This record gives sequence, C-alpha cells and structure tokens, in this order.
Amino acid sequence: MSRRRLAAGLLAICGALVAPLLLAQSSAVDEIAKYRAALQEGNPAELWEVRGEDIWKQKRGPKQVSLEQCDLGLGPGVVTGAYARLPRYFSDADRVMDLESRILWCMTRLQGISDADARKQLFGNGNDRKSDMEAMVAYVTSESRGTPMNVSINDPHEAEMYRLGEKMFYFRGGTHDFGCVTCHGESGKRIRLQDLPNLTTKDGAQKAYTTWPAYRVSQGEVRSFQWRLYDCFRQQRFPELVYGSDASIALTMFLARNANGAAFDAPAIKR
Amino acid sequence: MTKRSPVLATLVAVAVIGCATTPSGEDTAAKAAAMLKSSFKANGQAGLDRLDQDETERVCSALANRAPPKDVAERIEKLNLATIKYPADAKYLGDWKNGEKIGQEGRGKQFSDDPAGPVGANCYACHQLAPQELSYGTIGPSLYQFGKLRGYGPDIQRYAYAKIYNPDAFAACSNMPRFGHNGILSEQQIKDVTALLMDPASPINK
Repeated sequence: MSRRRLAAGLLAICGALVAPLLLAQSSAVDEIAKYRAALQEGNPAELWEVRGEDIWKQKRGPKQVSLEQCDLGLGPGVVTGAYARLPRYFSDADRVMDLESRILWCMTRLQGISDADARKQLFGNGNDRKSDMEAMVAYVTSESRGTPMNVSINDPHEAEMYRLGEKMFYFRGGTHDFGCVTCHGESGKRIRLQDLPNLTTKDGAQKAYTTWPAYRVSQGEVRSFQWRLYDCFRQQRFPELVYGSDASIALTMFLARNANGAAFDAPAIKR
Repeated sequence: MTKRSPVLATLVAVAVIGCATTPSGEDTAAKAAAMLKSSFKANGQAGLDRLDQDETERVCSALANRAPPKDVAERIEKLNLATIKYPADAKYLGDWKNGEKIGQEGRGKQFSDDPAGPVGANCYACHQLAPQELSYGTIGPSLYQFGKLRGYGPDIQRYAYAKIYNPDAFAACSNMPRFGHNGILSEQQIKDVTALLMDPASPINK
C-alpha cells in the first residue's frame, strides 16, 4: 500500500483540505495533528483486548487447557507487568523470546497445538479473518499499561541478542540499500507527511516502542510489534521476516531495552 | 542523500553505547549475518540473495550512524562512480511528465508488489519536488528549482543523471537508493526523472 494513498486518505478524512495548491504545508501538518488527537477519544483496540482475554482463558488445543499457566517471565499465570520486561531469556526454552514467540511456545507446549496450526492466522486480514494472536497480544500488553519498561540484558543470552539487534538495526541491504537506520536514524524527518521516530535516541525509542501494539485505523486491525517489523522489512524490499525469528527478537530486544524507563502505553491507536 | 554531521553522529553513538555493552565488532557482525539468513524467507520477487551485501552496503552498515571517514568516503565514491553507465546517445533528458509519475509511484520491488507491475522511484517519499505536491518527505533535501538554481547545461544534466543512477558515487553511504546500479529504474526512467529535475518546462523549475 503506498504511503501516498494513505496520506491522501488521511487528508480526505481531515475534511477541511480542499485546494492543495492553496494549502500551506504547515496547515496540512496541523490538520493531521488534530486528526491524531481526535483518534485518542476512543480506541477500538479495547475490543481486541476483551476478545484476547477470553481466548487466553479458554481451554483449547488437544490438551484442553488455557494459557493461564503460560509463564511470560514473571511466573506461571502472571500477566500483569510481564510485557514491560520482555524480551527475556527463558531457560525452559533455552532462548531469548519476545511476547509473540513465547505465546507460540506456550500454545505448542501447554495446549499441544502444532506449530503450523499456531501460525495459521498471525495477522488479521482487515476484514472477516481476525487473528487470535493479535487479540491475545492486545490483552497481554494492555496488562502492562502504565508499567515502566524494564528490559534486562544481564543474562549473556540477552546481552548477545541486544548486540545482534543493534547490528540488525544498521544492516543495509536489498535492492534499495535500506536499513532501519535509513528512516529512523535522524530526528525531525518524515516520509511523505508521516513523522518518523529517531530510534537511535532514547526519547525516540521510548515514544515508539511504548505505543505498539496499536489499532491501525487504515487497516482496521490491532497490529503487534512483530507485524511492525514484518511490514518495515517489506517496505525495505527485504525478503519476508519470519514471525518469531531470532532477527525479529533481536531487533525487539534492541528497541525495547532502549525504551527502558518509559511507562508502557499501549495498545495505542495510529492512523 | 545528505551527509550526517560528525557531531550528531558522535552524540548518537554515545547514546547507543550508553545503553549497551560495546558490540564486539566483526564477531557480532558475522553472527548477525548468519542470523539474518535464518530469519527471513524468500517471498515472491524478494529472494534471500537480497541479504547479500556488496562492499558499499557492508562498509556503510559497519559505520552504523556515523559519517564515513574521508578515506573511506573517497574509496566508496570511486567504487560507485565506476559503475555508472551513461546513455549511449548522451541524451540525459527524457519526458518530465513521465518523470513526475515515476516520482510519485511508490510500488516496486516489495514482495507484496506484482513483479510485472510498475516500479517507481517514490522521490516524493523523501524529497520536495514540484510545489503542487504537499505530501512530501524530508529525509532528502528539497529539489524544488533543482535546474533553475544550478543551470540547465549538459554538465549538470549529466550529473543529475549520474546522481540518480548511483548517489554513492558522490556521497558515500547516502540514504538514497542506487536506482541505476541496482536495477530499480531503467535507463529511460532515469532520463525521465532527470527531466523532471532539469527540464525548464518541469513544474520543479517554475
């Protein structure tokens, strides 16, 4: 989907913008700021949170158990505050995991669901096919709202993932030589009219990381951090990022750790 | 397209290192490269070979967010200057109207794009060009009045063509894609975009 079409749609939603030739750049940006402020009034992500909590507590899979005993790092059954400390090293899996790879792990280990079945609908299609995963992510993350980010790199596995994530962030490749840093390495930049966070600064990483997942108005879905990375790499002209892969977890570790200290504030709402 | 200031780069480096242990250099880079290969899958036109870096990508990635030192910049620029294939007919200007379409087109080369569909340059994603288009980005400098400010002569035409073909020939580790060198745009498309910048009739130069 082209950013231009998104931007054009956004302008249409803003309403008052009729004659582009007469319109000053600053007023277009002002109108978008007003639109964003208006969005904060009500967030459909709440529907995902409610549905996600229901799915989380349902007995499912061949073993007919719920995910209530899934250990998200603070002990089995503890959901509140767990997301603000992820990714982290899990000794039972001998792997650093983010929330989404951990949910997949719990679905296969606790509920006996096959990995292929667990991955059947990782992203909703914006219409009739909703994703259970996106709903569960909305629920679990909402239980960390207001909690300060506190991601550890004390364990050597965690420290290595952080270093690899940092390398990934600066890795340029593909047909366009793009890396994360191409769009997120300088402050005050934008693509078309979309402001870009500078993820190499503490402030930029905090503001960006603490506002994902988000309900995307343009897509009619709650999108998770795995989706955010997947779609960034698509636009970077890279091959497809594998959901829950080490590279995705490493990048998440790099960004989540850099957001430490900021209060988590999602699911958010974005255009 | 712009070179980053050393001061900013230093601040950023300090900010990054401040929240982490220092990366252990090449070992981490090698592990990161291996991890990349196992973390992506080919999808449509985007194969895993897109993760194979050439010398320019490798050097620029290793610099992270720092501007290249002078000697490195000179080496990268020389390397890329040698890749530029100029039109055999020495005509650099195509049709600016087509150039405008190419500049607006954001599709092309993504795994979600039809491989037989259009491939654009998406210039407006990062640059201001024609003043009528308000939805423009700021990662690159404004190109409004590009030709009017620089003159319309053949040397500037040739430079503009080359810059689109391979910007790293003039600014090592540029954020701008190497549209010709990496086969994103055809020779004719580059001529059309060059015309958008350099044709006195182009809205950019009004």
